[in-house]
Amino acid sequence: MTEDFFQGYKGEALKTLKKYNVRVWGQANVETTRGNFIGTVLPRSENDDDGHIVLKIPTGYNVGVSVANITSMKETGYKKANYKIPEKEFPYTSGLPAVKLIGTGGTIASRLDYRTGAVIPAFSPGELYGAVPELADICNLTTEKVFAVFSENMGPEQYRKLAVAIGKEIENGIDGIVIGHGTDTLHHTAAALTYMVQDPPVPIVLVGSQRSSDRPSSDAALNLMHACYTAGHGGIAEVMVCMFGPTSDEYALLHRGTRVRKMHSSYRSTFRTLGDIPLAKATTEGVIPIKQDFKSRRKDRKVTILPYFEEKVAIIYYYPNMQPDMVDSLIANGYKGIIIAGTGLGHVNKPLYPALARAQKAGVAVYMTVQTLWGYTQMFVYETGREMMALGVVPAENMLPEVAYVKLGWALGQTSDLDEVKKIMLTPMHDDITPREPYNGYLVYQGGLPEVEEFIKRFRK
Amino acid sequence: MNKPLSPARNYRHTMQEIGYVQRKQATQNDYDRIGFMSGLEVHQQLDTREKLFCRCPAGKYEQDDVFDAEVIRHMRPTLSELGEYDGTALMEFKTRKNIVYRIKNETTCTYEVDDTPPFPVNREALDIAIRISLLKKLNIVGEVHITRKQYLDGSIPTGFQRTAIIGVEGVISLRNKTVRLIQLSLEEDSCREISDVGHWRVYKTDRLGMPLIETVTYPDMLNPDEVAEACQIIRFLNRSSGQVRTGIGAARQDVNVSCRGGTRVEIKGVSRIRWIPELTHNEAFRQWALLHIRDKLLKKIKTPTHWEMISMESDPSAFGCRSRALKGLKNNGLKLYAVKLPGFNGILSHFTQPGKTFADELSDRLKVIACIEKPNMTTHDCLKPLEGEEVFQKVRKHLGCRAGDAALLIWGPSDDIPTALETINERCRMAFEGVPNETRKSFADGTTIFERVLPGADRMYPDTDSAPIPLKDEHITKLGEDLPLLTIEAYHVMKGWGVPEDTYHYIFKNNLFPQLKQMVDGGEDPVFAGTLLGHSMKFVEGHYERASGFRYSLIGDMLKALRNRKLRRELMTLILPVIYVHPKMDLDSVLISIGFKKMDADQILSNTGFLREKFRAIRRKPDREAEVNWLMGQLREHAIGNIDLRELRMSLEQIIDHKE
Repeated sequence: MTEDFFQGYKGEALKTLKKYNVRVWGQANVETTRGNFIGTVLPRSENDDDGHIVLKIPTGYNVGVSVANITSMKETGYKKANYKIPEKEFPYTSGLPAVKLIGTGGTIASRLDYRTGAVIPAFSPGELYGAVPELADICNLTTEKVFAVFSENMGPEQYRKLAVAIGKEIENGIDGIVIGHGTDTLHHTAAALTYMVQDPPVPIVLVGSQRSSDRPSSDAALNLMHACYTAGHGGIAEVMVCMFGPTSDEYALLHRGTRVRKMHSSYRSTFRTLGDIPLAKATTEGVIPIKQDFKSRRKDRKVTILPYFEEKVAIIYYYPNMQPDMVDSLIANGYKGIIIAGTGLGHVNKPLYPALARAQKAGVAVYMTVQTLWGYTQMFVYETGREMMALGVVPAENMLPEVAYVKLGWALGQTSDLDEVKKIMLTPMHDDITPREPYNGYLVYQGGLPEVEEFIKRFRK
Repeated sequence: MNKPLSPARNYRHTMQEIGYVQRKQATQNDYDRIGFMSGLEVHQQLDTREKLFCRCPAGKYEQDDVFDAEVIRHMRPTLSELGEYDGTALMEFKTRKNIVYRIKNETTCTYEVDDTPPFPVNREALDIAIRISLLKKLNIVGEVHITRKQYLDGSIPTGFQRTAIIGVEGVISLRNKTVRLIQLSLEEDSCREISDVGHWRVYKTDRLGMPLIETVTYPDMLNPDEVAEACQIIRFLNRSSGQVRTGIGAARQDVNVSCRGGTRVEIKGVSRIRWIPELTHNEAFRQWALLHIRDKLLKKIKTPTHWEMISMESDPSAFGCRSRALKGLKNNGLKLYAVKLPGFNGILSHFTQPGKTFADELSDRLKVIACIEKPNMTTHDCLKPLEGEEVFQKVRKHLGCRAGDAALLIWGPSDDIPTALETINERCRMAFEGVPNETRKSFADGTTIFERVLPGADRMYPDTDSAPIPLKDEHITKLGEDLPLLTIEAYHVMKGWGVPEDTYHYIFKNNLFPQLKQMVDGGEDPVFAGTLLGHSMKFVEGHYERASGFRYSLIGDMLKALRNRKLRRELMTLILPVIYVHPKMDLDSVLISIGFKKMDADQILSNTGFLREKFRAIRRKPDREAEVNWLMGQLREHAIGNIDLRELRMSLEQIIDHKE
């Protein structure tokens, strides 16, 4: 096995290191036209240029030295960093529930990678216990890494694997399941698992973090604690997303996998239940239901796993002047289902109609959702809506576009009979379609209004 | 064994034993004797429009109770880049502080509160930092790497400060020596603390994220006055750029001090340079005292590893406690613990700082680490025991203390007791080793208290949210083109001009050397110009309210206008207060407001005959000198600005001599 002494360096920088025989992790004296620098050579991120060498100077800071300015370099020592999360054996406490943490990648527990500058996951129960010792007071934790992909790379294959893994854990008698997941597509996976894992007897909790655990202010530890508590002690046996309620370190909200969506690119409290109220509030002391109708935890080990998914399904986000070839290309490429996120009550422009007719003829299942996210698709209100329905476009009530996408993939995975698909699609499951929208299901308050400001000031954000 | 001294006498005795001298009496010999060493970390806010990593306005401050929202967070230690948990980090985590941030929408966005990643670094700030680095002769880095420096006290919501080295290995010149610089970094400022009581710490976020530079020196200063001088020079150099903020809190310094055999201790956030000498003096002697304590303990206890503290939960009523703090414990839901510290009698009342003893080292840590507000402990062996001798006798008996042992009573909420006991144990064990690594908070009286365990290089790690920023040679050359004169060079120039030295401080503090030079280059007498800026202007500043439009450059403008009108420069002392308050006035209006009339020498002297008669009527006896002085006083008002006062005096003398 050859060791890479020049991790991440390339081009001129690599040449310079080789020329002066200085390795990564070597202590070096560097003479440059801007004066002398002393420090440990650090690996370089592969995406950075080849014009600089990174040094950790004795005060702990990193600096880059320009290769063009280097007149001489000398390695005076060598010390490779031992980068490890302190690993301690996760203690077993009798009387605490058994919780399985299933890892998928993502940043729930992570460490830094020098070469990419990125955060990479760290995972074993021992590592987790080293990082979040409070977990041992909540449950007896075991972990299993089913696969390791970043959130944006999650897809049908991973959904299926997860569903099967969950089924196995339930069979084996686990008290609750936590799934660590990157946040970007957390709600897609939550929807997929809701459909694929039918009637679980125990809580299935998806959790992520918005601030990686390599920083002191990370939400990862608290999210993990909330999730483990919910999985081990909570009474709601459904697929849920457990993430910060407010941006403050206070409590989590549990969202139904079919009504949840990531709503801010970076906020901690980014996950919100849309068109309804969240399932419950969770802390490490209790799970307090907000919705009253939920499936309760059961003693039995029965669960139905339906790990089906048709991959040839797409979402079209409609915009003015969309050309029919957008739809035609999907038909030509053999897509079997299309979710349209239409404007307003569920509309697209007229030039698209012929393409929709061609989709109908080709046997593509086309469903309409709304890009307003809140509210119902109401295709009877305008003539155009009725016209589209005649072309086979099915209004998907108040299903969120991403949820409709997942459900259509799941339905088409089970049958190619479009009537059967329609039956599955329009049968409400876990509130993916709700019969009514309460007024508190739509709350996007506007700042600046005195009453809103007063509320924000009174309750921590 | 001799009967132990009373705590007060022991305090005085140990103070003498270690050879403590007051700073006023201290000589270089005293500092050499204890091996005084000190270095500085000088922080200076930069005068930019926006903050360093977001587009919030910089330099807008809010009142403590004015806010739009609050956010609560907790800080948790993480792994550093090199794979170790940082010592401070663990300690901060033990304290389990609830950190509340008060946010005002005008000055804070989602970046400061760590809900949005950083925006690209503020280039204006970066360029100022490079320019000042060049002034300090630092080696400028090839590529700026934003680094995260952990702070778990909550003063930054991310839990780390984004900071970046701009240059390393520089030098500054004092009057009689040079001081080497380790580095200069560009970093974001922290929150301002509103309160810190028990488990709750409240901050406001207005200052958070403002750009500042930190200049770090080697520990080259060998007495307290040198530390103050070096700090002054660094501050003046920063100000000479003309691109830094001034005013309260715009410049702050951390002072590192050690004595021979001691450890680097950092005194944080010293806001006034004149406090530095007393603080560094006392800190060096505190360390000297701690080393003595170590030696004494090691004499008594040969194997410190066998030293064992003993504690037991106790009932205040069993000891007959009478103090208000102890009698109310139960009602307040607090627990009392009696603690035996074997061999520590006479150590707890050992001098550490003026008015403080080793017992304070314990009490200070209880407050910070275990979050127990003071009073949190008492002992028989301290300057102000809360309980009488009879109580402590019972406590000692309860604990089975021997003569050489010390007994403590500590109390607090039961959740905090384990940390409290561990804190006492830990600090006592450190006493066997000497001086703990720590940062300390300063007070105006020159003493300090424990703030945190001193963090090491372990707490630095790369900021994965920011890309490195290359600094091209051309850019640096360009920034170095119009550098101001170095403070020490300007000092020598002024000295050469004969400008009185007591004006320099004011001139440097307000970056007035460029104004002075301009005046001198324009033909003004340097001594007059220097005194005008360093004395007259200083007086005006101390006695009048400054208008927002006032600029120092107005002084030169007025002087030029006077010369153009062939008026004498002495008028400036009258003009300064007027333009300071009304900077928009032109010369004519200013002259009217000071009641100036243009007169020639004959006009001024025309009244002399009448005045002399008047003087004759009031004088007691003929006296030429007194008469001239009195006449000068009468005519001065009209003469200023019209003729030279020396000339006037000569004319008066001639008149008197001639007539008599």
